[in-house]
Amino acid sequence: MNPALLGLITIALGVGGCVLYFWGSNQILDKVIFPAKGPQAGQNINRANMVRPWLFLFPAIFALGLYLAYPVFETLRLSLTDRDAGGAFVGLANYNQMMAEPKFWEALRNNMLWLIVVPAASTAFGLLAAQLTDRIKWGSAAKSLIFMPMAISFVGAGVIFKLVYEARPADQGQIGVLNAVWLQFEGGIGSFLFLQALPAIMLLSFAAIVAYVGWIFVRPIAESKERGGGKGYVPLRLFVGAAALYLVYLSLSSLIGLFTFDFPYGQPQTWLTIPFWNSFLLMVVLIWIQTGFAMVILSAALRGIPEETVEAAIIDGANPFQIFFKIKVPQIMGTIVVVWTTITIVVLKVFDIVFAMTNGQWETQVLANYMYDKMFRANDWGVGSASAIVIMLLVTPILVWNVYNARKEMK
Amino acid sequence: MDNIAGSKSSLGWAVNISVVLLVALWVFPTFGLLVSSFRTADQIVGSGWWASMFPSEQTERFRASAPDENRVQRGDLFVVEGNIFEENGGGGDIQSWGTSSRAVDAYQPGDVADLGDGETFTVDADGNYAWSGNEEQISGRGQRAFVTAETPPEFTTENYVNIMTSGDANDNMAKAFFNTLTVTIPATIIPIVVAAFAAYALAWMDFPGRAILIACVVGLLVVPLQLALIPLLKLHVGIGIGKGYLGVWLAHTGFGLPLAIYLLRNYMVGLPRDIIENAKVDGATDFQIFTKIILPLSFPALASFAIFQFLWTWNDLLVAKVFLIDATGQTTVMTDQIVNLLGTRGGNWEILATAAFVSIAVPLCVFFAMQKYLVRGLLAGSVK
Repeated sequence: MNPALLGLITIALGVGGCVLYFWGSNQILDKVIFPAKGPQAGQNINRANMVRPWLFLFPAIFALGLYLAYPVFETLRLSLTDRDAGGAFVGLANYNQMMAEPKFWEALRNNMLWLIVVPAASTAFGLLAAQLTDRIKWGSAAKSLIFMPMAISFVGAGVIFKLVYEARPADQGQIGVLNAVWLQFEGGIGSFLFLQALPAIMLLSFAAIVAYVGWIFVRPIAESKERGGGKGYVPLRLFVGAAALYLVYLSLSSLIGLFTFDFPYGQPQTWLTIPFWNSFLLMVVLIWIQTGFAMVILSAALRGIPEETVEAAIIDGANPFQIFFKIKVPQIMGTIVVVWTTITIVVLKVFDIVFAMTNGQWETQVLANYMYDKMFRANDWGVGSASAIVIMLLVTPILVWNVYNARKEMK
Repeated sequence: MDNIAGSKSSLGWAVNISVVLLVALWVFPTFGLLVSSFRTADQIVGSGWWASMFPSEQTERFRASAPDENRVQRGDLFVVEGNIFEENGGGGDIQSWGTSSRAVDAYQPGDVADLGDGETFTVDADGNYAWSGNEEQISGRGQRAFVTAETPPEFTTENYVNIMTSGDANDNMAKAFFNTLTVTIPATIIPIVVAAFAAYALAWMDFPGRAILIACVVGLLVVPLQLALIPLLKLHVGIGIGKGYLGVWLAHTGFGLPLAIYLLRNYMVGLPRDIIENAKVDGATDFQIFTKIILPLSFPALASFAIFQFLWTWNDLLVAKVFLIDATGQTTVMTDQIVNLLGTRGGNWEILATAAFVSIAVPLCVFFAMQKYLVRGLLAGSVK
């Protein structure tokens, strides 16, 4: 049958079937099982009303259970069995096999890098874009354009950025923007300014901001010691402080690397094959897509800040940076966390970008693509399921946090 | 800062410039691909897409036509005349020319180059040349000329015609386009219907276990669909659906439901309680309340979710690869075909760029047409 026709029939059957089910089951409930007449009319209405929610919910619960809840447990079971041995229970053998593979550790390491860089960069760019576009007349048009990549598929974005990173031999004209820009540098003063001085300033300011944020988190502990008495969230504060310290160390050490690095001027680079750095080039694609999302939500949050707080700060003599970091950001902290966790989940599932652009070659593997590789190319369901469970474990803290917040909010 | 009445930000221009830069940075990559899809293969490999915005200068080597056949005697001189572009193809406005590879811009159009012993060569701006000299000079091979011509920007829609009508099944996107459409539409509509009823029950009906169900939906929102691939494929094969449209519709419905229920419930909870209670007092059943009051009022939320689900199913690669595309390749979708093209046609940017844009165009139109609902849905789904 023609697929389009099949599609139309499915829409008709699906929608018609759903409506018929909801209408019919309600009718049967009211007219046949618990008719609202006769001697027991009142009791019957109450009974019908107890059953009705489940009629409304049944198709959704059934689909959710079958398509999302059941697979979690089934995948867990598959990860403990061996397909070739007829599904025999093998304990943690699949996990052991996975841990022995360098490609898995490469995927995990890359995933961790993605997890740090993409949410941080998207949120930061989104915050910047939101703060800037809210202050100009053509802000909504600008927002639309920054938001646009949201509609573009990961595969489409992969093609777009492959053109940006395209490399051609040195004696031919470059058609990739990145190489065309790169060949403009020839080691003179301009190259020093753009490739060493500017990144150095960016690294230093990044380190400064991180140190500042870390200090904001850690300071209450020091202060509370003096006053005697805890201030709560101590482990979280210490963790953020330690992470900040690590990031500062990282940026300072790369600062040294920046000035000792010997740039290969004048040679076009095949960017996607440079190990380690190519992962960042893939992250750029996701950052490019997710910034719009962060911007839209943070911009709504920024507009929701009561103006009195900002005005009071101005009267007290706060400078713009203090207003932004000490007045505005703390008030939208909840939203920043939501944006951050939402992007984190997207990152954990990222598959299409890596699959389309490098397919995990040149040390760009990530967990989702590793899993796909194992399941559908190597046909190794055990190890594939084990890596899917690793993804699930990484998502679990966010899942718990979301559920906790949702419950809190409903009370 | 600038919110205070009477004070105007002195940094206005800096903000404007920053936003212009930011927007340019964000639009630039997409724009590059769009421009490339309107250039011919030769143009794409010849120069970067940014160069196509301006008239391009190209220097090429020509040879005058073979003198032994084409020379004409005028007095005691032999002359070969012709037009460079007519004989060799190409066109444009000649900026400069030369007869030696060491000085390709030695002469202006119309200048006469003296090649020694009375032999001359001249080219005018339109490419007409004249080469004259004595019998011995005008013989053998045609005179070389290096011509730098300026051609105006040139775009073509040929790529789009090619890709939609190509006979090569790997290049032809028309089939994949309709396959994608076939996947997308039922996969967008069916979850809405199922979710709307469930959302109404979770928002406005009282029953034990409601809070737990809502918590479950919130939890399922973040479950990675990677976990569902193998068990569901096994299930589909087991019950006889196998790989095909029905399977992919069901899978998209299942994966889309948590967000649908969550968005719709959040919206429905916010509807005014009075309306619903009045209707109940007037004797309306839950089914009537739902279809006559809740559904029409929830239109914005339904639209938001529809856009989300549409974008997600249209842009999806993984679910289609697992549940739909079988070995025959008859049911391929656009994202999958583009990935294949990246492998087989890695250097043919005119095909890749056009194929990518065919796939991107529809979601972009939906995005710009219904952005309001998309933003509203995002805010309802995230800020809480």
